[in-house]
Amino acid sequence: MGDAVFAGFARASGGFVLLLLGGIIVSLFIGGLAAFRQFGAAFVVSPLWNPVTQKFGGLVPIYGTLVTSVLALLLAVPLAFGIAFYLTELAPAWLRRPVGTAIELLAAVPSIIYGMWGFFVIVPIMAGTVQPAVIGAFDGIPVLQDLFAGPPFGTGILTAAFILAVMIIPFIAATMRDVFLTVPAVYKESAYGVGCTTWEVMRSIVLPYTRVSVVGGIMLGLGRALGETMAVTFVIGNANRITSSLFGAGNTIASLVALEFPESPAGSLKLASLLALGFILFVISFIVLAISRILLRPRLKG
Amino acid sequence: MSATLSADGVPSAPRNEAVARALGRRRSRTNLVVKALCLLATAIGLLLLASILATLLWRGLGGLSITVFTTSTKPPGSNGGLLNAIVGTLIQTAIGTAVGTPIGLMVGTYLAEYSVGSRISGAVRFVSDVLLSAPSILIGLFLYEILVQPVGGFSAIAGGLALAVIVIPIVVRTTEDMLRLIPATLREAAIGLGAPKWKMITLICYRAAMDGIVTGVLLAVARVAGETAPLLFTSFGNLNWSVSLTQPMASLPVTIYQYAGSAFEDWVQLAWVAALLITVGVLAINITARSLLRGRK
Repeated sequence: MGDAVFAGFARASGGFVLLLLGGIIVSLFIGGLAAFRQFGAAFVVSPLWNPVTQKFGGLVPIYGTLVTSVLALLLAVPLAFGIAFYLTELAPAWLRRPVGTAIELLAAVPSIIYGMWGFFVIVPIMAGTVQPAVIGAFDGIPVLQDLFAGPPFGTGILTAAFILAVMIIPFIAATMRDVFLTVPAVYKESAYGVGCTTWEVMRSIVLPYTRVSVVGGIMLGLGRALGETMAVTFVIGNANRITSSLFGAGNTIASLVALEFPESPAGSLKLASLLALGFILFVISFIVLAISRILLRPRLKG
Repeated sequence: MSATLSADGVPSAPRNEAVARALGRRRSRTNLVVKALCLLATAIGLLLLASILATLLWRGLGGLSITVFTTSTKPPGSNGGLLNAIVGTLIQTAIGTAVGTPIGLMVGTYLAEYSVGSRISGAVRFVSDVLLSAPSILIGLFLYEILVQPVGGFSAIAGGLALAVIVIPIVVRTTEDMLRLIPATLREAAIGLGAPKWKMITLICYRAAMDGIVTGVLLAVARVAGETAPLLFTSFGNLNWSVSLTQPMASLPVTIYQYAGSAFEDWVQLAWVAALLITVGVLAINITARSLLRGRK
């Protein structure tokens, strides 16, 4: 009797989790339905966001979300790899735990704190030093001068990508470290035995052995970056346009939703458009996170 | 002699000793450079953490005073505190944990103890893992859609439930992992004494895995206490004192969001104090959780 009740509770809870995911998807879709009906497929490719004329499109925030996240990955992956390599092969044993914990604590710092730190510390550095120097250095060089152009406000796509990179480094580094540790010692010892250097062991033994899981860890970081809200909202500059310059202001789905929501009355087309964007964000993150799980599952779960 | 013995297709050692030495030097130089870069990467990582903590201490400590804990947020210039935000964060985190933990515990139990031969369990585990990293702002929108909009107003309950949705997958993950670590002999001993399965789980497995489960709950508390995005659309924030669960409620992260961007110096100062409080709290819980688990190993 007790057994049946307890098992029933456990199974019901499992079902509840499935319902939860289904509920999130369905509720966002229904909420955004008015926008999808009104604008159709053009919603995804229209750069307009005009509350006055009631014309809304998602191109700019979708673009901003993807560009900031991919840039963040470009910045974060080398650093995360370096940290994971250091923690598994190079660091003296007594340092591994404290340094590893410190890096993991970076992941525990709330996102809003990253926003404040970015806004009050990184933005002035970008505005005062980094951006003028870069703009000056690339002035006159085609492509690069467009990529790094504009008034050095300190905010913008690149600053947002930098903050995102800092936030996802611990996730990627921790995953890489964990999968590097799954490489059987005998493989590495054999390589050292024939005279390989530490780097050669990493490049020729550890990386090929863990390749799939490393990509999984990177996808996990990407999934985190896509939906990050508060940190980006503080530093991206919030402008609904696509600029060629990485120093230009932009927005992401999450930052647009956070900023525009207070001015979107219930039942309005604007709110429906925000929910439609939320639905799109959920679909993108779901795909990325699903790929990450599929890649990571075999290695980390034995 | 020996260098000429190698068979076709098998790379032989370079015959020229000078070449061999140069190659060796290049390999060890590459190795050194990579090692230095890795050390640099780790140093940058630690430096970033240090920069965040130093900024918080530097800007936050100055504004820390007893009024922060004794008065609620007030209009700029009138020496307000953070009492309503602190209490609000405690209440909503408590709701989130109280609602999310039992569900997460049962899901973890289901995955660890009842999933043998079940096809649904794979889907449950997968969905739970995806929810673990799903954008928290969307969970806020979800609660807005199913609770705030139908009821017609922001409420602390909605905020707490949004946090509960975030708590569930964290507790699921640690509970399942910890239950799986329990040796089968322990289970067999309980079953062998005639205990029904549910007693085996609640009286033996939960107790054996207690520190791990508590760690998971603590990590979940640390995570949701600092969440801002899901609260924006659910409990909304409240500049006045309120402990009513059906009214909008303040919280430290939302107060930071409202104050940090304001033009009033004392509000910005309070935002830094709030940031310091929430970060110290979150990191302290996090470190406690980790040391709990370390004692086990």
